[in-house]
Amino acid sequence: MIHGVLPYVLATILLGVGIYAITCKKNVIKIIIGVIVTEYAVNMFLILIGYRSGGIAPVLTRAMDKSEFINQSVDPIPQALILTSIVIGLGIVALMVAIAIRLYEKYGTFDISEIRKLRG
Amino acid sequence: MKGMSLIVREVTKLVAGFIFVYGIYIVLYGHLTPGGGFVGGVILACSFILLMLAFGKNFMDHVIKPWSLTVGDCVGALGFLLVALLGLIGGAFFLNFLAHPGDFRLLSGGAIPLSNIAIGVKVSACLAGVFVALSIFRGVRSGKE
Amino acid sequence: MTDIALGLYIITGFVIVASVIAIEVKDLLSTIISVSAAGAGLSILFLMLGAPDIAITQVVVEVVCLVILIRATVTRDDTTYDSHRDTFAVAAGLLFVGLLTVCCWVAYQDMQPFGSPIMKVGSQYLQYGIERTGAANYVTAVLLDFRAYDTLGEATVIFAAVIGAYVVLRKVGRIRDERHEPDS
Repeated sequence: MIHGVLPYVLATILLGVGIYAITCKKNVIKIIIGVIVTEYAVNMFLILIGYRSGGIAPVLTRAMDKSEFINQSVDPIPQALILTSIVIGLGIVALMVAIAIRLYEKYGTFDISEIRKLRG
Repeated sequence: MKGMSLIVREVTKLVAGFIFVYGIYIVLYGHLTPGGGFVGGVILACSFILLMLAFGKNFMDHVIKPWSLTVGDCVGALGFLLVALLGLIGGAFFLNFLAHPGDFRLLSGGAIPLSNIAIGVKVSACLAGVFVALSIFRGVRSGKE
Repeated sequence: MTDIALGLYIITGFVIVASVIAIEVKDLLSTIISVSAAGAGLSILFLMLGAPDIAITQVVVEVVCLVILIRATVTRDDTTYDSHRDTFAVAAGLLFVGLLTVCCWVAYQDMQPFGSPIMKVGSQYLQYGIERTGAANYVTAVLLDFRAYDTLGEATVIFAAVIGAYVVLRKVGRIRDERHEPDS
């Protein structure tokens, strides 16, 4: 059983690494890196689900026969969802970095335990 | 924000135009080869970020005004909605009413290249605007920049 | 599964090791470079899995991420810090990871093995895609014709995130009011 789902287990290990970074780290930049690693893990998991053995990319060219293309291509639906998700991840990183810059400007440090102590 | 050295500026003058044309190619041919509006938009934003890093913000203020990036953002979003509403001519929201398939050419996608262009304009203006906002932010307390 | 198994495991191992290095290293510049290396390895993995669209997107987005992160951290002074243990945070982290492990163990019993997806809706899209939409790239056909409503939602989310970044970085009325005790 474990042999058939081993790639999914590796994706879950990457997700666990990202969650560890979000909960246990004290530097704001390390928390941002944890969110980025979690996004990588989720994107990798969804593309792994859509893969077909010996598959080709879902782009039809003029020289390809249509019926064998249908039998050989990988699933196009997860790829369409992950494409927009990666660009949204970039927008989220920009927002988090803007908040981190603001925090540094107001409190003078990136350490969240210090920020919790100083009350404004 | 200052620019960079002479070598970087001369190489950027040669390369930035090619990156811009490549981004437009990926946006327009998104329905025939891998690509599309989102990827092409990020590549166009990359070319603008390269120009801004190489020449400095003060020079780029004369070339592209900062408020024009937010206007481009809104125009792209409204353009995408307009293409969706135009599908109502064919009978349903978002219906692709111009498609004539089987040709493998630019015009065979119908409303899909129009949507790609609108999304490309939106994403590129969006990300370039965020980079401009991040680079002109000058903190009050920190004097080092 | 056996045709790409070796390359898949090597590159996934590389991505995991690069992420762990990125999280544990003390210097912030090394952190950012490690996470960019993990993103590059992930892009090669996407190419091996038959997704060239996603590989292009991952590379370009990761380059812009690198530029934005360096902008935030390299111009700051204190790049290292002294960490003291916070037991509640470590316990909460272990609890979440344990919960994740248990849920995944239960879920992976019934999952399709890697390499044979169900593709109930995907086969319909592959069969009728080129006749109904006229697009040869099926990912764009799904994104902008079959599922165009979701794309409208995604465009709205990007819009909202960028407007949030503009609002946070605004300085209207902030320079002059520093003496008058601003709230928020």
